[in-house]
Amino acid sequence: MNTPDGYIKITYREALKQALRVSLQKDERVFLMGEDVGRYGGAFAVSKGLLGEFGPDRIMDVPLSESGFTGAGIGAALGGLRPIVELMTVNFSLLAMDQVVNNAATLLHMSGGQLNVPVVIRMSTGLGRQLAAQHSHSWEPIYAHIPGLIVLSAGTHEDARGMLPAALQSPDPVVIFESNSMLNLEAEIPANSGMVDITTAHVKREGKDISIITYGAGVYKAMDAAQILADAGMNPEVIDLRVLRPLDENAVMTSVRKTHRVLLVEEAWGSVNISAELSARIMEQAFYELDAPVQRLGGMEVPIPYPKHLEDACVPQTADIVTRIKKMLQHD
Amino acid sequence: MNETELKKIILQSLKKVAPDTNPEILQAGDKIREKLDMDSFDALRFIVELNEKTGVDIPEEDYGKIVTLKDLMHYIMKK
Amino acid sequence: MIEFCMPSLGADMEAGTLCEWLVSPGSVVKRGDIIAVVETQKGLIDIEVFEEGTIHKLLIKENEKVPVGTLMALIIPAKETTPKTEKRLAEKIQTIRPTPAIQTTAGGMIAAGIKSSFKASPLAKRMASEKNIDLSTVKGSGEGGAITREDVEKALMEKEAGIPVVKPSAVENIRLAVAAAMTRSNREIPHYYLETRVDMSRPLAFLREANKQRTVKQRLLPVVLLIKAVAKALKEVPDLNGYWEYGLKLKSEINIGFVVSLRTGGVMIPAIHEADKKTTDELMDSLNDMIPRARAMKLRSSELADSTVTITSLGDENVETVFGVIYPPQVAIVGFGSITEQPWAENEKLDSRPVLRMTLAADHRATDGNTGSRFLMTVKRNLQKPETL
Repeated sequence: MNTPDGYIKITYREALKQALRVSLQKDERVFLMGEDVGRYGGAFAVSKGLLGEFGPDRIMDVPLSESGFTGAGIGAALGGLRPIVELMTVNFSLLAMDQVVNNAATLLHMSGGQLNVPVVIRMSTGLGRQLAAQHSHSWEPIYAHIPGLIVLSAGTHEDARGMLPAALQSPDPVVIFESNSMLNLEAEIPANSGMVDITTAHVKREGKDISIITYGAGVYKAMDAAQILADAGMNPEVIDLRVLRPLDENAVMTSVRKTHRVLLVEEAWGSVNISAELSARIMEQAFYELDAPVQRLGGMEVPIPYPKHLEDACVPQTADIVTRIKKMLQHD
Repeated sequence: MNETELKKIILQSLKKVAPDTNPEILQAGDKIREKLDMDSFDALRFIVELNEKTGVDIPEEDYGKIVTLKDLMHYIMKK
Repeated sequence: MIEFCMPSLGADMEAGTLCEWLVSPGSVVKRGDIIAVVETQKGLIDIEVFEEGTIHKLLIKENEKVPVGTLMALIIPAKETTPKTEKRLAEKIQTIRPTPAIQTTAGGMIAAGIKSSFKASPLAKRMASEKNIDLSTVKGSGEGGAITREDVEKALMEKEAGIPVVKPSAVENIRLAVAAAMTRSNREIPHYYLETRVDMSRPLAFLREANKQRTVKQRLLPVVLLIKAVAKALKEVPDLNGYWEYGLKLKSEINIGFVVSLRTGGVMIPAIHEADKKTTDELMDSLNDMIPRARAMKLRSSELADSTVTITSLGDENVETVFGVIYPPQVAIVGFGSITEQPWAENEKLDSRPVLRMTLAADHRATDGNTGSRFLMTVKRNLQKPETL
């Protein structure tokens, strides 16, 4: 398959690496710190080769102490640097939760507006690599609950490359979720694509029959489902939320007013997740636009299992989206 | 005016003041108001109607004498 | 610009169908003119206009059913000569049209209460109220039989194509209207009841004498004295003359709603406007004019909409006592039974008198028994001086 002019074919991992490289080149205050990010090249090989390019001061291996090095990153941000803290997976990020919630997210408030914390925290999220319950959860909703944080989810290759440079310009702490399952996935993106907007959701596919609203690993699945449904004569719209805090309500309500039906899709556990919040807001703001109850497809409420088939069964797949939408639109 | 003519006038007048009733069903001994479910307002309009058509003035104290169709016809014929 | 809207002809009215415009753009109208005929559950109603001016635009087509409050026509006031721009008007129309949310609760729920219940999506309900589609007649194709946008669009197309909808008969309609109003009354209004007996010797003697002087046509019925006595008493005890709308709202005009029962079942309640200012002869004329039209279900909008209190009078040859059910949003209904010969004790003597049992059912949110009692005693006193009525 030929890549169209002006486009490059790139893996999600490569897009993440390019984001790091561009950011490190552009601003001397930027540095990466995390477990095995240097000599090992990152647990998922995202930062492979960067140590040689930028040296140990800017690609910094740290001890296995999430609370300690995240706190150090926050301190560096307060001191005027622009640290990128890599937490290997979302599971381990809970060890740094005290630093994230009680310091990064809170200091601006506690200092009466005097202290911004321009730290960017990256972490991999979700299942797909048979890493079991130690490494595979989707805890975006936990972070989206916290005022003071900006929470991003890179569900596309453009965002994998463009969100980090934008996050580094934020005066306040930003958490970026990167999907584990998408690392080897290839996609074509504009060769010159760079920094992206980190305040809005994106309509990935225009449609009029139903809005599929999702993020992260759900985006490509929803796009695939939409194509299957389109072949069957239905016309779904797909929205990638991208920003999980603060939510882009305007994009969501605009879509609801257009399609009058909503399916919310995410891999996080089904209860008290992003979809729950969105469902409530849609009811509050667009109740009289709804032609059917808002529905959700979320993750099974179990610790993520190891076997591939059980892992697959734990989160909504393309086929599940297709089945649910057919039921909503055609009642079969 | 003979009895047949008078009966015709009475039935026409009843139909006029209470168009949703069927005066034809009245038997000579039937109490008019009870049978046709007429209230005092209908009754007064009926008496006004009779007065216009027959010239007979029925004073209030005589209302008791014209309860049935037979009584009424007897009363008017006598006047 | 004067906005002429579908009037509410009583608490039970949700919507009306415009049968006929009696004016066209350019027609000059004045206060009291009948400009449209509207079909409601209470029959064909002549709709009056209460302003003076020139008809600018008719916004509702004949045979269109619209909710109460919908803008129907624009009238240029007598003083204003040029209409404002169309754009401004269009904006106005947008704002005047009742908001979907309100219509949904009001329209949808009551219809559902009377007929079988149905499920409809919020969007379908909103569209139905905007397009005047009766959802109880729409078949749902959604999950679990819910009515969806598509179903409403289909119904709208059928409506526009002129596919006839089976309409309930006039008798069924009036039954439904009474049912709706009385259900609401019984559900919402905490009634209290009072009763007193009135010696009718004096008023009846007065009437007998008065009627002797009169031709048959001019004769008065006892009910005229009762209406006048009530109207006068309301001037002294005004708390019973008003509406309960999130609090007691007293009315300055005393418009007496007079219950006319239909032989086919159901009641109509035309209003006698400003009954306190009418003489007994004028009151009799009002009754002569209105009762036959009420029976024929051919009343004017102001007669259906304006009453501030209700009288139900059973007339003679009937039971002695009636306790009314208040017609919301009013706060009182006065009941008169049949006048019958009764034993009467007075001045330590027992006698036989024509006795009227008079009752009051009143809204306990608005007034208390003491007010009701004062009112009934005032009516009683008024009736003992028939010559002053």
